Amino acid sequence: MITTPGATGMAGTEGMTEARFSVGDQVEVARAFPPGHRRVPTYIRGRTGVVAHHTGAFPNPEEKAYGLDAAHVHFYRVAFKQNEIWNQYEGPEHDELFIEIQETWLHPTEEASK
Amino acid sequence: MSHDHEHNHEHGHTHEVEHPVYTYADDSPRDVVETDHYPLMVEALRELLLEREVIQPRDLREALEKFDTVDHTVGPRAVAKAWLDADFKEQLLADGRVAIREAFQIEACEADLVVLENTRDLHNLVVCTLCSCYPRGLMGQPPDWYKSKSYRSRAVHEPRQVMSEYGTEIPDDVTVRVHDSNADMRFMVLPLRPEGTDDWSEEQLSEIVTRDCLVGIALPELASAGE
Repeated sequence: MITTPGATGMAGTEGMTEARFSVGDQVEVARAFPPGHRRVPTYIRGRTGVVAHHTGAFPNPEEKAYGLDAAHVHFYRVAFKQNEIWNQYEGPEHDELFIEIQETWLHPTEEASK
Repeated sequence: MSHDHEHNHEHGHTHEVEHPVYTYADDSPRDVVETDHYPLMVEALRELLLEREVIQPRDLREALEKFDTVDHTVGPRAVAKAWLDADFKEQLLADGRVAIREAFQIEACEADLVVLENTRDLHNLVVCTLCSCYPRGLMGQPPDWYKSKSYRSRAVHEPRQVMSEYGTEIPDDVTVRVHDSNADMRFMVLPLRPEGTDDWSEEQLSEIVTRDCLVGIALPELASAGE
């Protein structure tokens, strides 16, 4: 799922695949801890949210960080319920957190793939 | 990097390399200690870039000067305009970067800008947990607290407490939506227009939209006008 530094895809937007997810899709962030430069904070790994906004395709920052000719990847702002992120969230159950996640870190949930 | 604060920490002893990412707010007086691993890496990188003539000393100075002299009134003016002009507000929410470019003839944002509209049911708060991403072209340099380890770790998991410490109480029936600005978008909050400002001009309105309102840590207040 997660590309590793060195495993570069096609540079630029040529050969760019279609966005895999649409607004409203339920997605899970990979619960993975690969070494290297990662832009997905630990607190959100393994959590399930809903795609709120497809922000576009950008050079993969996890490859760009190494000066590689980074392939474009799709990015999404994903909405999470705060009390599903934190064990003891002190606030109303409707509080939310939005965070931008690159497609390589996301996969459909069991429910969404039915 | 900040070099302008006083150097009252202990020098001469070696520090273990700490990984700050997993550390929650601690009681340390500041986040950056010049002799820690990362500040030393930055210094080494700077010296190497200069030594190899990849950059010149003036490049650094000019970059800092540019950052420090940004027109930070663009964000507040955009908010005031949106309060008065429904069409502009629609454009601003649809594509903040283009709307601001066209309205103010300025390329104020270095990336795509997402404008987050506060409503009676929703309050938005912006944080960058990974570093300190911030729409500098619109709002100037981020405040020190925005870059602090404490804010970056706490704003995501106890936003209401953090806002309360800054004097902003959000009622429980209003959803607090935190935005972690960790990637390619930049974010600016469009606050609710306060009551009692019906006959105000765009200039008057823009004066009550402080930097902190655009991050979501504060709300526009009438009392702050004209001071």
